[in-house]
Amino acid sequence: MKPPPFEYHAPRDLDEALDTLARLAERGKVLAGGQSLIPMLNMRLTAPEHLVDVNRLAELDTVETEDGGLRVGALARHSRVGRAGHPLLRQALKLVAHPVIRNRGTVVGSLVHADPAAELPAVLALLGGSVRLARPGRTRDVPAAEFFLGPLESAVEPGELAVSAFFPALPPGAGCAFLEVARRHGDFALAGVCALVTPEGHARAACVGVGPVPIVVDVSERAPDWAAAARAVREAAEPDDDIHATAEYRGHLVGVLAERAFREAAASAKA
Amino acid sequence: MRRHDITLVVNGVARQASVPARRLLSDCLRHDLGLTGTHVGCEHGVCGCCTVLLDGQPVRSCLTFAVSVDGHEITTVEGLGGDGDSLSPVQQAFAECHALQCGFCTPGFLCTVTALLRDNPAPTDEEVVEGISGNLCRCTGYQNIVKAVHRAAELMAE
Ligand SMILES: Cc1cc2nc3c(=O)[nH]c(=O)nc-3n(C[C@H](O)[C@H](O)[C@H](O)COP(=O)(O)OP(=O)(O)OC[C@H]3O[C@@H](n4cnc5c(N)ncnc54)[C@H](O)[C@@H]3O)c2cc1C
Ligand code: FES
Ligand code: FES
Repeated sequence: MKPPPFEYHAPRDLDEALDTLARLAERGKVLAGGQSLIPMLNMRLTAPEHLVDVNRLAELDTVETEDGGLRVGALARHSRVGRAGHPLLRQALKLVAHPVIRNRGTVVGSLVHADPAAELPAVLALLGGSVRLARPGRTRDVPAAEFFLGPLESAVEPGELAVSAFFPALPPGAGCAFLEVARRHGDFALAGVCALVTPEGHARAACVGVGPVPIVVDVSERAPDWAAAARAVREAAEPDDDIHATAEYRGHLVGVLAERAFREAAASAKA
Repeated sequence: MRRHDITLVVNGVARQASVPARRLLSDCLRHDLGLTGTHVGCEHGVCGCCTVLLDGQPVRSCLTFAVSVDGHEITTVEGLGGDGDSLSPVQQAFAECHALQCGFCTPGFLCTVTALLRDNPAPTDEEVVEGISGNLCRCTGYQNIVKAVHRAAELMAE
């Protein structure tokens, strides 16, 4: 249960970090909060040659209100982002691990890690947000729909650093809810659903734990028949069996959670 | 592999160590600095035994590299009490309420609860349970730990 040896780099500013990552390319890996990477190292599930620690880049420790949403820097920890006044992020972050883990883990790190059961990728996908990736002399914004490629696989290329993520604000008057079922409090969910309902009757959901990437389903045509909307979500889900639960049970959970989440979101939407 | 010379301010005292990059903060505290009060249960973030305060915030020392926190302040269970053998209010409440049996989980609970009560001096039952939900105890059944948190809040309010 000890990490394998690696070469350690501690850049002092963003330029130095980008240069280091570009030079190392495939051989380098970013260390952010370490709350996913260090368990994997301790369990010897990964053995990168070089780690580039971004914890000294104070310029990435930012949470800013920007045109129509919240821009979260790569070093902003879960606990801070949960207090930033975005209702869906606040609800989602309460479900991410435990308070102590949230003091260290970063929101952007969770997006890049792209665990299929993680809550934040679903929030980014539901809201249609994006992730900003940088390498020396080049920056690109990747929309959520193109960012999550598969289990533990995101669009970040070797040598790139995710510098921030953009979470659009909820549409005016919209209500939201994030519900999930986990074996134990703070564990990754067996299945989860976050839902968004606008006063005009637009409704959509994103599911976690029931597919390789977050699955977004627009159910505006069924609203406000939430039972029918939930059936549509369940049909879109692609659950798998694993040691924690069967595919059938996960599918069942998604249906039940979706209906509850739509009702809760609709109730909190302002007419 | 290269070694790194680091300085950690542990319980108010600047301590130097020369560590490989892969040294976990938990192992640095226990093996390099001889502070064995911080316990190690699972080494993947689940049990909470290794929780210490990093610049005042509770974190998992098993999920932190010592080099990453070079120059920062760490408080371990050894640093919670006052001078000599005196106990902090949280430690005193744990002793009074029988909130430990084997004691393996206790250092993690004490660090977590110390920060919890600093940020929220009069938590509800629900807030206490949420606050300690990341710390596992195989002995007590948690009831007395919850009682001890409320008792510590009382002691601190006196
Ligand atoms: C006990 C426990 C329970 C947990 N439960 C949950 C849960 O219920 N839900 C949940 O969502 N998460 C959970 N987590 C994971 C936690 O949310 C992590 O904080 C998060 O997944 C990763 O963020 P990090 O900053 O710690 O990233 P790290 O662990 O540092 O990195 C994770 C991966 O992303 C890469 N990376 C990180 N930042 C960048 C960047 N800026 N640019 C490029 N690459 C980057 C790293 O190279 C690595 O591959 C849990 C963790 C633990 C230990
Ligand atoms: S030893 Fe760190 S959480 Fe278990
Ligand atoms: S007292 Fe034994 S594990 Fe908590």
